Amino acid sequence: MSKQYLIIGNGAAGATAAETIRQHDPLGEITIVTAEPYPMYSRPGLAYVLTNAIPAKQVFCRTLAWYDQLNLTLVLGKATQVDVLKQLVKLEDGRSLPYDRLLIATGARATPPPYPGHELQGVVYLDTIDGTNELVERAKRAKRAVVVGGGITALELTEGLSHRGVETHYFLRRDRLWSQVFNDDEARLLEKIMRAHHVHIHYNTEVTEIIGDRRGRVREVKLQDGSTFKCDLLGVAIGVKPPLDLVQNSPIQTDRSILVNEFMETSVPNVYAAGDCAQVYDRWTEKHMVDILWPSAVAEGNAAGLNMVGKRHAYVKGSPFNACLLFGLHITTIGQINPRREGDDEVEVLQHISRGSSEVWYTHPRTFRSAWAADGDNTVRLVLNGDLLVGAVVIGEQSLADALRYFIEHQVNIHHLRADLAAGGATLKQSVLRFWQQLQAAVPAAA
Amino acid sequence: MGTLKALKQLITGSAKQPDKPRELGRVVPDASRCVQCGICGYNCPVGIPVRDYARQGLPVTDPTCIACGNCVNMCPRGTLRWETSNHVIVLERFAEIMGDPDPLKGE
Repeated sequence: MSKQYLIIGNGAAGATAAETIRQHDPLGEITIVTAEPYPMYSRPGLAYVLTNAIPAKQVFCRTLAWYDQLNLTLVLGKATQVDVLKQLVKLEDGRSLPYDRLLIATGARATPPPYPGHELQGVVYLDTIDGTNELVERAKRAKRAVVVGGGITALELTEGLSHRGVETHYFLRRDRLWSQVFNDDEARLLEKIMRAHHVHIHYNTEVTEIIGDRRGRVREVKLQDGSTFKCDLLGVAIGVKPPLDLVQNSPIQTDRSILVNEFMETSVPNVYAAGDCAQVYDRWTEKHMVDILWPSAVAEGNAAGLNMVGKRHAYVKGSPFNACLLFGLHITTIGQINPRREGDDEVEVLQHISRGSSEVWYTHPRTFRSAWAADGDNTVRLVLNGDLLVGAVVIGEQSLADALRYFIEHQVNIHHLRADLAAGGATLKQSVLRFWQQLQAAVPAAA
Repeated sequence: MGTLKALKQLITGSAKQPDKPRELGRVVPDASRCVQCGICGYNCPVGIPVRDYARQGLPVTDPTCIACGNCVNMCPRGTLRWETSNHVIVLERFAEIMGDPDPLKGE
């Protein structure tokens, strides 16, 4: 009898798993449960819809014909409970779907703000395609927007809104942009460019309440000092959370997300998890960590698919990597890069992971050294742990990004690079490129 | 087709692809950078689904590619790069014109 595969979630992890399963099991019944009535789309692409670089329909990266071709059944519905004894998933509308192998790949959803007023019209998120379409419509009429949140998504919101001609005010609880990732110099560089794009940045400013007008629309926000600030749009990107209520009344083990082993198996037989809702062992931090990154979700979905069809495939989590473009500035972030200052609280940081980032970024090794170079609007920061490079931030000119990513991912012994940096004489860029050339000559696979 | 004629076509561009520039090269993706946003294909003047190549990590071999470089320039994540001519591509194009999958086998 053919196997029944059930996948909750139609994003990068879910759709990739379905494709992998189909490659290895032509006869299995594959069902994908999705809460959104669309084929798979690129969630990172939503930022480019907001900046008007692409129309909304462009983010769909699979057609319905693709599902037919692979004989995948799409079920529209919201999964509410996993019954691991009967091997069933219950949907909100009362239906129950049986499984032989279950993949939980729900992704993560934007967290609403913890203060009163978040149900008002004009409180917007860059999280789903419906939400983004609403945001674009409202931005056309809005005069003044406030954005809250400390990660990439908040920055993308400020970029998109200011690009659409909305007077945009960015409120930060502390005194540094993207504080979980950037050091002071990197933050100042981005600040300069954001100000040139007419974004108003307000440090040490916290919203405590959203106040609406009589028609239920955002009118102003109340701040921690008691004053109010008029706005007709509040963009919220304070973090994302996986919908763990799905597994709450089951023995499936969770921490900040669903815990899986290297085979993407949860603590319950035949149940797997992948993508934003999975917490996966990370060899740098030696802990289970969450990535909210598209390439990580694809890799995990593929690994889950292989294991679900019975190939014993151990997944080795790579060093989390993201390359993004903000206000025309290319920024690459890899590995452990947290420039933590005194008073920063790791626990709080891990509670507020934002889309397009990894918990690993927010960490640093117990002992580390940093190397730093700046040349105009181009900067490079290396985080070294002994003879290993464990993290890097490259802003602007990107010629070092691939090399640094390779050193980190392959845990290359960089003793000679360190010595070269310590000796001085060459720029950081020259030293890295020289070491990269030597490595490529010695290890052809690195080329 | 004779070898000489094939070589001539290789240099001047095949009759099937009058717009193909003389410089041989192609767009090559790094799949691990791609987030499938579709900016590449949206900016392609001849409508090549560049995103599908990027997803599979395959070079863009679509014969209608006019090598304008729009997709490479517009990608926000540095996924695409232009790989200029090397002997592998020359051999592939040679094989295409000759209609022989292995150009080293001869006629």
